[in-house]
Amino acid sequence: MADDNAPAQAADYFHDPKVPETPVRKFNINFGPQHPAAHGVLRLVLELDGEVVERVDPHIGLLHRGTEKLMEARPYQQTIPYMDRLDYVAPMNQEHAYCLAIEKLLGVEAPRRALLIRTLYDEIGRILNHLLNVTTQAMDVGALTPPLWGFEEREKLMVFYERASGARMHANYYRVGGVRQDLPEALVRDISDWCDHFPKVCDDLEGLFGNNRIFKIRNVDIGVVSKEEAIARSFSGVMVRGSGIAWDLRRAQPYAAYNDMEFDVPVGVNGDCYDRYLCRMQEMRESTKIMKQCCDALLKTPGPVLIEDNKIAAPRRGEMKKSMEALIHHFKLFTEGYRTPPGEVYACVEAPKGEFGVYLVSDGTNKPYRAKIRAPGYPHLMAMDWLNRGHMLADVSAILGSLDIVFGEIDR
Amino acid sequence: MSWPVSDADLGKLGKTIVKDAKGVITGAHVAFGELNLTAPAAKIVEALTYLRDVQGFHQLIDLCGVDYPERPLRFDVVYHLLSMTKNLRVRISVQTDEDTAVPSVVPVFVSADWFEREAFDMYGIFFDGHPDLRRILTDYGFHGHPLRKDFPMTGYVEVRYDEELKRVVYEPVKSVEWRNWDFLSPWEGAEKGFAAMLPGDEKGGK
Repeated sequence: MADDNAPAQAADYFHDPKVPETPVRKFNINFGPQHPAAHGVLRLVLELDGEVVERVDPHIGLLHRGTEKLMEARPYQQTIPYMDRLDYVAPMNQEHAYCLAIEKLLGVEAPRRALLIRTLYDEIGRILNHLLNVTTQAMDVGALTPPLWGFEEREKLMVFYERASGARMHANYYRVGGVRQDLPEALVRDISDWCDHFPKVCDDLEGLFGNNRIFKIRNVDIGVVSKEEAIARSFSGVMVRGSGIAWDLRRAQPYAAYNDMEFDVPVGVNGDCYDRYLCRMQEMRESTKIMKQCCDALLKTPGPVLIEDNKIAAPRRGEMKKSMEALIHHFKLFTEGYRTPPGEVYACVEAPKGEFGVYLVSDGTNKPYRAKIRAPGYPHLMAMDWLNRGHMLADVSAILGSLDIVFGEIDR
Repeated sequence: MSWPVSDADLGKLGKTIVKDAKGVITGAHVAFGELNLTAPAAKIVEALTYLRDVQGFHQLIDLCGVDYPERPLRFDVVYHLLSMTKNLRVRISVQTDEDTAVPSVVPVFVSADWFEREAFDMYGIFFDGHPDLRRILTDYGFHGHPLRKDFPMTGYVEVRYDEELKRVVYEPVKSVEWRNWDFLSPWEGAEKGFAAMLPGDEKGGK
């Protein structure tokens, strides 16, 4: 036995012929579709070598409702509510893109006050989304308190949604040529007050988990996206800004009232999960600035919030009581709707998750011949395989959290 | 470039692209402030490579199918491209039929992967050279291509949980057919130049 202690043989310990080589089996596991960190109904088929992810195959479509098919069968204004149900975390931003597409076809533009209201509610949507995402990203890596703090503010914002549209989430508030109703002055003042207090909440959230050691360990240098990859993989929104590309549709291709707003576009440096978190935090502060400016402008700009053309925008209830013509217009609009000239348009907005676009093909009737919804989360989720290869199993949920996935829009 | 880009500038760009691309991009027209290009289906890889490398359209924003059942080449495949550096968008479309595969553009834009899978799933358009052309949005074991115009709104099968068999069962659709109301008035739209034909107009020979 003395030979066994010889140095030469000790070096060969791992290749001991007496211990047979064990073939290591790769694990295939299902992540979801019922997993709290799967953000809905995602089913990920993971191929694991030990704890290292070798391949990710996302199976999507469990929430597919055929929105595009349904849109082809209904007049334009009846399909605006479908937009709320896409990215149900920030509903009005989707409505905005759809209304912009139809407005482009019809060649109408909403009045100034409507543009300000749209800008205001888009930013509310952005904060709704980022609050949910940032705090649940923290939850995905183990912190339980942040969502409770974030949801408190979300609740207040949903009340603003409700006071404008009557619904907390599925608002159906934007119309082609404006918005459904004017905002009461008290609501604008309340939103303005909320904007004054919200930066403090951002500070609190950052103090709660932004510098937390575990949060940083789980997110820094995880899921790094380079500038080139971000472009090649069709990323948009925070996914490109986190990688250091200052690309924001609100700046580059302004719509609504963004041209007159003062705001900064925060960009990341490293393109990892932590930078994307930082971008979202900073974007919430910038959104608050925009909201404050909108509130100030709204208090100074009275005026109509919907175009006067009753061939496109429904007449008011009061008018219908007095005017026969208004009643006819109302009847025509809610049966036939309006027709759009034949052609194809693509309109997009900077939704909280990235570029949300609507591609409409019109054949001159009252329904879209083809409606394609370009959801920002779709290419992001497509990159899951590339992003996760070589990472550990625990990083999957961190990366998924930072991608900001909502299945309403991906499955459509 | 300032936004929105004027129609004249887009028209100029379109002409340059058609002239410069040497036959891989055949048509260009501007409508609704957007530049539309057309290409032969077989040349789409070259066309997109040209647009990406020469014209700077580095990002594929969207790829989708459109169905025109009355045409011999019934499908359009529409690609939306974006140039972040030039702040420009462009749309390029090709035509194909049910049997002819369109070359896959995954080698040019890696993000075309799922978009092409979706177009295959929804329309049954084949993409030649796609690494993994599986269905994506529909159910496992689904038959048919739901966004085709001849696919019924209600589909062919419905699912429910069977209490006796203790599993989900697929059955033929029992619900009533989707009623597609025709609200279109043939007396309207002429003032905007896209009226439907009135009954009897076809006898006018025009």
